[in-house]
Amino acid sequence: MNFSDITFMGYRRPDGQFGVRNYLGVLSTVTCANQAAEDIAKHIDGTAVFTHQQGCGLLRSDLDIVERTLINLGRNPNLGAVLVVSLGCEGVDAERIAAKIAETGKPVEMVKIQQEGGYFAALSEAGLKAQKLAADISHFQREPVDIRHLRLGIKCGASDPTSGLSSNPAVGKAVDRLIEAGGSAVFGETTEVIGAEHILAQRCIEKAVADKLLAAVDSLETRVLQCGGDMRGGNPSGGNIAAGLTTIEEKSLGAIVKTGTTPILDVFQYGECPPMEKGLYFVDSPGREPEILAALAAAGCQIILFSTGIGAPQGFPFVPVVKLSGNRNTVERLVDFIDLDVSQVLLQGETLDAAGDRVLEFPIQVASGSKTKAETIGYSGSTAIYQAGPIV
Amino acid sequence: MKNKTEQIIILLHEEDNTITALSDLSPGQEIEIDADETDESVVVQQDIPYAHKFARVSIPEGADVKKYGEVIGIATAAIGPGEHVHVHNVEGKRAQGGTS
Repeated sequence: MNFSDITFMGYRRPDGQFGVRNYLGVLSTVTCANQAAEDIAKHIDGTAVFTHQQGCGLLRSDLDIVERTLINLGRNPNLGAVLVVSLGCEGVDAERIAAKIAETGKPVEMVKIQQEGGYFAALSEAGLKAQKLAADISHFQREPVDIRHLRLGIKCGASDPTSGLSSNPAVGKAVDRLIEAGGSAVFGETTEVIGAEHILAQRCIEKAVADKLLAAVDSLETRVLQCGGDMRGGNPSGGNIAAGLTTIEEKSLGAIVKTGTTPILDVFQYGECPPMEKGLYFVDSPGREPEILAALAAAGCQIILFSTGIGAPQGFPFVPVVKLSGNRNTVERLVDFIDLDVSQVLLQGETLDAAGDRVLEFPIQVASGSKTKAETIGYSGSTAIYQAGPIV
Repeated sequence: MKNKTEQIIILLHEEDNTITALSDLSPGQEIEIDADETDESVVVQQDIPYAHKFARVSIPEGADVKKYGEVIGIATAAIGPGEHVHVHNVEGKRAQGGTS
């Protein structure tokens, strides 16, 4: 099916992007501000809170990761406005984070707990600011948006061998269709490129991009070996192994098919946002859910397609996460996690073309407002930002 | 592969020496493989759980283990046709530092 003429109902943002949700984002800049951020968000309808364990006591290179991740999370078009909640003495630059988010033209406010005079004072000040922001953005209306403004994040997790045989290839077809229609997609999971990088390198648009991809894989593998030298048990996980995945190479070969067949246009660092242009991009991120979901949200994805075999539950506070599975047992047993069943590919000979159409139609409905299962139960609290170095 | 109502195995690439089960398989079960229009078949030697792999042919110790037409690891023991192929007889070549 050709999706070029498809539209979704989205929210226009001042920078020309379009959101599929319209939240007031409450972003904590540092682990010490998490409690206040969460408590503020509890009082205000229409908020999505993002917390993490970083922001201080890190090497400069890791503080940079945290800053750019928070900036690009705040710039995600699913947020109509942003409240930055800072402690005051943290390592990251809260003012810079707020200012860079405000460059998009969306309303941004900030509170600093230490400057306000403590928890209750900050709660009072932030609560009033958040109430006004939430009321202001509540007037925004959805409008028809061309599919080329849709960016999907793609991820697989709690994988089993059906992931590589049905759900991931179906996602790959959907990604190809989306890009053919003018949209864009982002993937990461550097760990799950190990053993399959020779295939992805051939798909990079030019050698310089392939070199960056191979360097990201090499750097990760080198660190694995430095830290003890056997990744098995961590990845593939005990659950992956019990389900039949034997080595990281096998898992990777099944994982990369979810990226489809189009050229990889460029490689980005964790927390960066690729240009909002048609095509496929890679972000250097581990595959673990809290870190990669945050990386994909920071990369400007409005929706994340999440392929799972065993059945992963995770959502994200302000980016809908669509779960699909090709394992019929999982689809039938974990009805409150799985949005879309693609087990027909393996069991009933459904073509990947037909499954790919279904896999793209679903997030388009979600883009217009249909809720994912993770959204309906609010299963989105486990969030994190990646750090490469030690805590200092 | 043919589109049957319920497939019980899948051979992903003609060069593969492993086959993936699409249902729980039992010892003694004879599996027909639709590769290259030949009459190839293999008899399952052990319980093979859903989505796990078994050997299509004899795989000598030290030989590459293949799925998707790609190398997924190396056999750490000789594996006979129809035997379960998994972590007890296969090790990855990557990110394992050459340790077991």
